[in-house]
Amino acid sequence: MSTSSAALHPPMAVPMDSRTARDPTPPAQRRAAAPWQDWLFERTTMCFALFVLLMLVGIIGALMWTAIPAFEKFGTGFLFTDVWDPVKLRFGALAPIYGTLVTSLIALLIGVPVSFGIALFLTEMCPVILKRPLGTAVELLAAIPSIIYGMWGLFVFAPVFGDYVQPLLTRVFGDLWILGPLFQGAPNGIGMLSAGFILSIMIIPFIASVMRDVFEIVPPVLKESAYGIGATTWEVVWNVVLPYTKVGVIGGVMLGLGRALGETMAVTFVIGNAYRINASLFAPGNSIASALANEFNEAAEPVHRASLIALGLVLFLLTFIVLACSRFLLAQLAKGEGRKT
Amino acid sequence: MTALYRKRLLVNRFNLAMSLCTMAFGMTFLLWILWELFANGFAALSPTLFLETTPPPGSAGGLANAIYGSVVIVFVATFLSTPIGILAGIYLAEYGKNGWIARVTRFINDILLSAPSIIMGLFIYTVYVAPAGHFSGWAGSFALALIAIPVVVRTTENMLQLVPSSLREAAVALGAPMWKVILRVTLKAVRGGVVTGILLAVARMSGETAPLLFTALNNQFWSANMNAPMANLPVVIFQFALSPFDDWRLLAWGGALLITLTVLVINILARTVFRQAAVR
Repeated sequence: MSTSSAALHPPMAVPMDSRTARDPTPPAQRRAAAPWQDWLFERTTMCFALFVLLMLVGIIGALMWTAIPAFEKFGTGFLFTDVWDPVKLRFGALAPIYGTLVTSLIALLIGVPVSFGIALFLTEMCPVILKRPLGTAVELLAAIPSIIYGMWGLFVFAPVFGDYVQPLLTRVFGDLWILGPLFQGAPNGIGMLSAGFILSIMIIPFIASVMRDVFEIVPPVLKESAYGIGATTWEVVWNVVLPYTKVGVIGGVMLGLGRALGETMAVTFVIGNAYRINASLFAPGNSIASALANEFNEAAEPVHRASLIALGLVLFLLTFIVLACSRFLLAQLAKGEGRKT
Repeated sequence: MTALYRKRLLVNRFNLAMSLCTMAFGMTFLLWILWELFANGFAALSPTLFLETTPPPGSAGGLANAIYGSVVIVFVATFLSTPIGILAGIYLAEYGKNGWIARVTRFINDILLSAPSIIMGLFIYTVYVAPAGHFSGWAGSFALALIAIPVVVRTTENMLQLVPSSLREAAVALGAPMWKVILRVTLKAVRGGVVTGILLAVARMSGETAPLLFTALNNQFWSANMNAPMANLPVVIFQFALSPFDDWRLLAWGGALLITLTVLVINILARTVFRQAAVR
């Protein structure tokens, strides 16, 4: 037996031996030739990934460091004082913070329902052939630069808004009990309401595209079951799609809010640039971003400049928190999707 | 029962009609903005717009220096941000995967993607313009690059994740080292998508005004010196649009039309390139 197997094996072993003989390096060494390059490449790419983290740390660190003079002089009162006087060098951030929050809130009040309608239209009603062009058209709203919205807002939209829409709003809401004061004042077309309205158009594409994406991950079985028991399209969207995707929808709304808070040029053109907290939404105001855009280059005094940088820091932290919540919620939804399917 | 049915049907009809209205609302504003841009900006489009520099108020001129400045600043920013973004994207998709570095980076990158652009300008001002003591074209490019990096990182990572593992495994089985697999096989397979990401980043940078205000500033004259304040379209538009002079405003509309057309063309181009890449 042993002789016969020995007689059988050599012919098979010969080609294998000759093959290994052609390449003198043993397998272990051959593999060892690559690692240092691989190691280098991996570390290099890691360094660049860390560069992204460094950007964040750098931004927060640099803004904090340069804002120190403002916080040293005004303390935490900086955030709660409604005074901005470059002559007497007294600065408080309340008015710009108020303006930022109010314009963003207006933008959400208008933008969220409209985005929902657009997402509903694109996912449930739109003929397949129009889906792509209309979807692209909505996304082009996001591609138009902010400064174009600003110019259009100031020269085209504001006159129309002041002549027709604002008087109408005063007539309809002006005498109401709580809402009344919001809609009184000179209808000159610029101010907080116009800024909020233009912001709403700017954030619609962001919210709508997130809503559209999350609506499309709803398992067809769920929708089909609802249709099967006789639900209308609206009932399916309201009672099945929306509850299923609510985390993602809220994430999308937060994303829009994050965008609205930091939008600069469009707001700068139409908000009116006044450091005042006014009951009326028609009154001119200021947002953090517009204050920066308008004043930063003219600020000669160190404490003025530091105060503006402190404003920027407040804005960055605000948007950071909002966007972090948004990403967290959207990640939750993505995780859930992975588990369910 | 019929009353209930009718009510449900009416609610459905009404809400769907409202949904149609919201779509119309969005389209109205898109068309309105584009229409006004053409109506106001078309008159400014002439050879002098591209040949002459920004004029003092009351005399004729063009935007040549601003167009040149914009192109150079955006080009340099693209040149700076593309390698950084692609390499970081490679790390996230190929090496980091679900490790803590990759997870944190991904999270931060997505936040920076939507962070206010004016903050980037402010940041570059504090770390570069203030220590250097002068505004400059370089600073403008740095600020724009910070805006572009997250865009490139995100698209590169998304694209690399589309590559099937079998392709990587096939290359590794042939004995290629990992870095060669990534650069020559996976990255090559998705280069259309990565180019799309870069184009979208360029489109976004071309329209950004806020980060340039505190970095590149503006320059009334022709200047090719990246170490000095540099004219650029967005800031010129901002300054001219808010001025009381009619000829400046006309130039601002011309510049606005130019920027918007560029951005829209790049966007549409990017989408078609990407679509082809996906089909292939």
